[in-house]
Amino acid sequence: MSPTLTDASPVFTDPADSLAIMERTRSTAETFGIPLAVLAELTHRCPLQCPYCSNPVELDRGSTELTTDEWKKVLSELAEIGVLQIHFSGGEPTARKDIVELVQHATDVGLYSNLITSAVLLTRDKLSALADAGLCHVQISFQGNEPVVADRVGGYRNGHAKKLEVAKWTRELDLPLTVNAVMHRQNLHQLADIIQMAVDLDADRLEVANVQYYGWALKNRAALMPTIDQIDETSRIVEDAQLRLKGILDIDYVVPDYYALRPKKCMGGWGRQFFNISPSGKILPCHAAETITGMEFESVRSNHSIAWIWQNSEAFNRYRGTGWMPEPCQSCAFKEVDFGGCRCQAFALTGDAGNTDPACTLSPVHAEIFKLAETESTEGRDRFIYRNFKGGTLEPDADDVHGR
Amino acid sequence: MSELRSNRRISVSEDSKPVLPRHARLKFDETRQRWVILAPERVLAPDDIAVEILQLCDGERSVADIIDLLVAKYAAPRDDIGTDVMAMLQDLADKGFLTQAREKTS
Ligand code: SF4
Ligand code: SF4
Repeated sequence: MSPTLTDASPVFTDPADSLAIMERTRSTAETFGIPLAVLAELTHRCPLQCPYCSNPVELDRGSTELTTDEWKKVLSELAEIGVLQIHFSGGEPTARKDIVELVQHATDVGLYSNLITSAVLLTRDKLSALADAGLCHVQISFQGNEPVVADRVGGYRNGHAKKLEVAKWTRELDLPLTVNAVMHRQNLHQLADIIQMAVDLDADRLEVANVQYYGWALKNRAALMPTIDQIDETSRIVEDAQLRLKGILDIDYVVPDYYALRPKKCMGGWGRQFFNISPSGKILPCHAAETITGMEFESVRSNHSIAWIWQNSEAFNRYRGTGWMPEPCQSCAFKEVDFGGCRCQAFALTGDAGNTDPACTLSPVHAEIFKLAETESTEGRDRFIYRNFKGGTLEPDADDVHGR
Repeated sequence: MSELRSNRRISVSEDSKPVLPRHARLKFDETRQRWVILAPERVLAPDDIAVEILQLCDGERSVADIIDLLVAKYAAPRDDIGTDVMAMLQDLADKGFLTQAREKTS
């Protein structure tokens, strides 16, 4: 799945405006009101093998997935407690045979549905059935702007061509399209062309997301970490395109936080405005939360309601608000701004999810990690470890690989 | 729906016949007891006037018709209402959440 959807907080505030965009900061901080949008990861199965996949390294097997009836019950319950939007994701959500049925059910209970897909399994008939079932929006991930790089990154032959085809069908069916591009050292040189590709595909939005380093991406950090020069160039290209394409293409840009001064406000703050349901039914504060090993998450299969789990479960409450924070966060003026950054990244890099996110320059380990990342970015270790159910497969040696 | 073609980023005039595109849904949120517009990655919270205008946007009424209806209802000067309606609709169009109906040409 695309790691950006949920990082870009689904709502922003735009005050003094008859069309104010709903923000829940104040009320959620105190009452943990039910999120407006929820991510449903229907399966971890996926034909692609992206080395930055944000799914946990320990993937849920097909046999543990919620059944069609269980998902329908979940969708009904979400609509009932006030969730408005459902993002169907994965893995690859269309690997589920019941995807049309689930979209139809979401429509029936009044949820606005979005399909986050790698697109390679879709046929035109399937897409058209999804549109008829009430699907409201399609987001397709791209690994590059041409097949050589893209198919190598995704580890899937002819994937890029297929994606282009599905993107075209999407627009033909009059569905709005978001192109999602996850960027890293080995495809950043294609950014300008990816932006043009999104325009040519008649996409409404483009998400330019830099890889977030936990789970699979952390295993692949040496192969993915951009150089500082690349990042400077990226920001320039994005800013220029945002100006040039105003009114034609909306571009959301997720800055790579290894090279930032302060961490991102991950998920809008842990347990504040978002949750995710894993293929086996666990309710998670973020799509990567299962990378924090040793944390227990409650399941929709338990006898608790979803609302109870959101409000009361230990996992959600552990890092809610600011009370749990260690120094330097505890006495920091920014603690309500970024909520101490990303818990998954803190765990991945320090072994303790309760530490300050090392992306912050005030973290005691920031300098060391930044240096390591910078070094890794220049060493030219380009081979990927592909994501799969076997715990990863190292890409064959450079001599056998085309497309560098 | 099929006889309509979406034409994004419209510029609103009195002749346009605006309608929300399929990806922007106006809905009453029972839980929070307010109207919302659901859009990709966004939930907009229109105020009462905006809701009233949007409910009149059915792809058949022109902006001029909508203004006339509101002028009659609120007995307010046409210029004032016209300015407000156009500004709100253009704002929505700029955000990418308003389209206009037109006959399919192909
Ligand atoms: S392998 Fe790639 S396409 Fe598949 S779920 Fe992971 S990131 Fe998405
Ligand atoms: S010290 Fe903590 S609260 Fe302050 S900027 Fe860094 S991460 Fe944010």
